[in-house]
Amino acid sequence: MTPHAELEAQIERWRGYVQRNRAISPSDVDELEDHLREQIADRQATGLDDEEAFLVAIKRLGNLDAVSREFAREHSDRLWKQLVLVPAGSDDANASPWRELAVVLALAVGAGVAVKAGSAWFDDGAALMRNLGLLVFPFLAAYFAWKRRITGAVAATLIVPFAALAVALNLYPFAPAGSTGMLAALHAPVILWLLTGLAYVGGRWRSDKRRMDFVRFTGELAVYYTLLALGGAVLIALTLATLRGIGVDFQPVLEDWVLPFAVPGALVVAAWLVEAKQQVVENIAPVLTRVFTPLTVAMLLVLLAVLATAGGFVDIDRNLLILLDAILVLVLCLLLYSISARDPLAPPGLFDALQLALVIAALAVDAVMLTAMLARIAEFGYSPNKIAALGLNLLLLVHLLRAAWLAVGFLRGRLPFAAVERWQTRYLPIYGAWATVVVVVFPPVFGFI
Amino acid sequence: MRIDKDLVAASATPLVLGILADGDLYGYAILKRVSELSGGGMQWTDGMLYPLLHRLERLGYVSSLWGTSDAGRRRKHYTITPAGRDALADRQEQWTVVADALRQVWQTTQGPAAATEGWA
Repeated sequence: MTPHAELEAQIERWRGYVQRNRAISPSDVDELEDHLREQIADRQATGLDDEEAFLVAIKRLGNLDAVSREFAREHSDRLWKQLVLVPAGSDDANASPWRELAVVLALAVGAGVAVKAGSAWFDDGAALMRNLGLLVFPFLAAYFAWKRRITGAVAATLIVPFAALAVALNLYPFAPAGSTGMLAALHAPVILWLLTGLAYVGGRWRSDKRRMDFVRFTGELAVYYTLLALGGAVLIALTLATLRGIGVDFQPVLEDWVLPFAVPGALVVAAWLVEAKQQVVENIAPVLTRVFTPLTVAMLLVLLAVLATAGGFVDIDRNLLILLDAILVLVLCLLLYSISARDPLAPPGLFDALQLALVIAALAVDAVMLTAMLARIAEFGYSPNKIAALGLNLLLLVHLLRAAWLAVGFLRGRLPFAAVERWQTRYLPIYGAWATVVVVVFPPVFGFI
Repeated sequence: MRIDKDLVAASATPLVLGILADGDLYGYAILKRVSELSGGGMQWTDGMLYPLLHRLERLGYVSSLWGTSDAGRRRKHYTITPAGRDALADRQEQWTVVADALRQVWQTTQGPAAATEGWA
């Protein structure tokens, strides 16, 4: 198109300008460019020259800022890294990166101090275990409260359940080494995590998109935390070995001071890293889910085969059931994370079929477990452990069944991916409700045994 | 006559769905059709059409397919889905009610005020 070299150069410049906008993906720019060229061609047909036609077409396309804001509203997933780096509006001037780092480090140290103080305060290990989440949660929540500038009402919805949980966990007369205390210790973190989510979304918990952002955040946090833990472990092992070589016993310092500070502190730091350095992991997330989804399907199939050949389900002992439960929860996390990492507009593909296979395999394992549990309950009677496990498995069953149903609909092209997403995000609070029941209602009902 | 922004926004979804119900189209052609249908009265900001189309796609009302134009450029074509047709029928009912109510109001106020109002 040599006669229109100047026009081509102008369109090229316009493309470059639009592309800098993160909310508008390259294929969206293609779509807009097609539009622009059509409009130019129509204007030229009415007798305008290249320059005039281009100007009219650009004008008709509208203010680019306004248009990109519209794109951003629709595709917040593309932007979420940007949103957290540069908060909406121009009020980020007073929150310099250094100030944020200082806040994060202070909170990380605070979490360490809290855990250290807690381990000195609670003489018995079970009480410390029940309270561990309570000790770390305020610092993580405080980071998001500060970052999102949450309102007083939202802060109250964080503090009131937190206080209620703290009261229940500490004033209930749990029997030493009893199972209700153990169950409460296991389920309290679930409640606290959902409260963290409330802080993360800045109180906008009704929004499905923000809930999905929190799921994404949880996945990335796990990735970052693992990376930090691995690095930390290498450093500690080297230090330990070197000091032992010199003849200094580092073990007590490690157990008393390094770990109580490093483990909770790393959680706060990892949360900050996810917020600040989103882009780095964002490219890994889909890869990770793609690698681990087929592997997990294989693992579940092997488990099923072994369970089937091992004979009667009644013989499955309780440790195995707990392990299987952990595996199912992990599978669910993987499923959620891969759904959150998926481009919602992409057409159904092989990977979605694989995801359905994962759900079906998990359903099969869940069915086996439910059978085993019901058999155990029929044989040995009720216990808090059995009811808690049964409840969790029933929740998982409903979750997975509906997820499988929706996935089939999506693969057949009858449902948009948004329906699959919505089911996941809407179902999440139910786990919180169940955890609350286990923590608050179970102990008195079962007599704190 | 300029149509109020809110009115344009409210009518955008049923208009786009209705136009697509007649057959697959790409963005620019949809806008041209809107302009024709309203006799040039409804001027959209062209760029705003695309986020709207993407939203309708996310909701499952339309599906899209990349093709090529006569000039050999990449071009995205939109097709209405069965869910989109349901949504359109639903919107149509709502608009019928609104239009009916408005017509009655215009009739009862067919006094001196009606002359100054340019509504049809």
